[in-house]
Amino acid sequence: MTVRASGGERRDRIVRVALPIAVLMLGLAIWELVVRIENVPPYVLPAPGVILQTLAADWAPLSQSLLVTLVTTFEGFLLAAAGGVGLAVLFNQSRLVEYSLYPYAVILQVTPIVAIAPLLLIYLPQHAAVLVCAWIVAFFPVLANTTLGLHSVDRNLTDLFALYGASRGQTLWHLKLPSALPYILGGLRIAGGLSLIGAVVAEIAAGSAGAGSGLAYLIAESGYRLNIPRMFAALLLLSLAGIAIFYLLAFVNYLALHRWHESALQA
Amino acid sequence: MVLRGVDKVFANGTRALAGLHLDVRPGEFVALLGPSGCGKSTALRVIAGLSEPTAGVVEWPSPATGIRSANRIGFVFQEPTLMPWVSVFNNVLLPLKLQGVPAASAAESVAAVLDRVGLAAFRRAYPRELSGGMRMRASIARALVTEPQLLLMDEPFAALDEITRFKLNDDLLRMWRVSRTTIVFVTHSVFESVYLASRIVVMTARPGRVFAELAVEAPYPREQNFRTSAEYASVCRRTSEALAQAMAAGGES
Repeated sequence: MTVRASGGERRDRIVRVALPIAVLMLGLAIWELVVRIENVPPYVLPAPGVILQTLAADWAPLSQSLLVTLVTTFEGFLLAAAGGVGLAVLFNQSRLVEYSLYPYAVILQVTPIVAIAPLLLIYLPQHAAVLVCAWIVAFFPVLANTTLGLHSVDRNLTDLFALYGASRGQTLWHLKLPSALPYILGGLRIAGGLSLIGAVVAEIAAGSAGAGSGLAYLIAESGYRLNIPRMFAALLLLSLAGIAIFYLLAFVNYLALHRWHESALQA
Repeated sequence: MVLRGVDKVFANGTRALAGLHLDVRPGEFVALLGPSGCGKSTALRVIAGLSEPTAGVVEWPSPATGIRSANRIGFVFQEPTLMPWVSVFNNVLLPLKLQGVPAASAAESVAAVLDRVGLAAFRRAYPRELSGGMRMRASIARALVTEPQLLLMDEPFAALDEITRFKLNDDLLRMWRVSRTTIVFVTHSVFESVYLASRIVVMTARPGRVFAELAVEAPYPREQNFRTSAEYASVCRRTSEALAQAMAAGGES
């Protein structure tokens, strides 16, 4: 089956990978050319080559900042995952808790994080404030998706569990959570990108406080120093981190679902 | 098991059942036959305890032991209703797992029942990898794994093609002859009910009540040649007439 399908499909896959790379190369080439021909100074617009050189030359501070940002993102993501799923399960088990707390979850979500971050920085130590920002931004999609998933359980399966006298715990563990899994993973995929955004926003807000050392802080600091190539290099690393997070979560999604869920089946 | 004057009115005011009387004797194969929306499925859910009757009672031979708590009811839904995230084996294992049966003896029961429905080779397969007929077999295996005294089936073969349905009809009869489980089988197919059941209960629509009962005298085992026999044809004709009258009667009320 896989062998037969190869010809056209394989060409299709190569084209899908090759085309965006070709566009990237073309864009970079034009960029490089324009900068060289027009003699644009690097503090206005650095050429791609200069950015790569900066990346290599400043690798020590850049990689250190990258690590800081990634750790914050990861911690925020874990808290968001645990908080979102935990809260959704709690809501599912108790209507009263859901009615009491859900509006506040929505308020947290709709209030722009950029506006909250400076306040948090006043009341919390910097690392905690950054973490809370990452959490606030990332937890809501997990909560909303998990809630949706827990409510989307097959009626007949629910009846079946009732017929066999399943306890609440058994129903939750063997029925509700597995059938909500595709929704939970969908929420986590959104949360992965958002926790990076939350971490960056909080770092930028904290930047003036001075003690920051994440990538976003590095961008802000390089901006003050007009070190534009380094800003670009840090931005490049942030993008790469976001892409890595996205694909990592997509891979986890595939591992968990590919045997049974329509969304992860290979065509 | 006896249903005595069971009424069921849904919250939206729909009257699904009105004074339904149904007497099921041990070892019987009863078919509940009626047009769509006549409350057959509701009756089944009331028997299973998934739905409380608005009026009337469901009586069991020994109410002291409580048949429901003892897990002696098996239920097969219209759809296979398998959990897509686990293998066939784990789907069939579910009732035993929920009851807390030790893993080793549970695994033995599952293997035996999978063998009986002809799915022994597919124990590791996931539901989506199976055909519609095989999924229904897995669903039946799950209902049988607790060795229920009463098996409730809600139009289980309605969505299958005719060839698969005939095959499953034969297999179901064979399993029933071995286990002697009491079966209440909901269907809207006259031919299926006559082929399978020892007694056919014809219901009227909206609200559902018993219109007529027909005994199918033909002896078991029934096999393919029963489908073409004159006796089968004549019972089918009588049943069809009863169903037509039931639908006319239901329309008036």
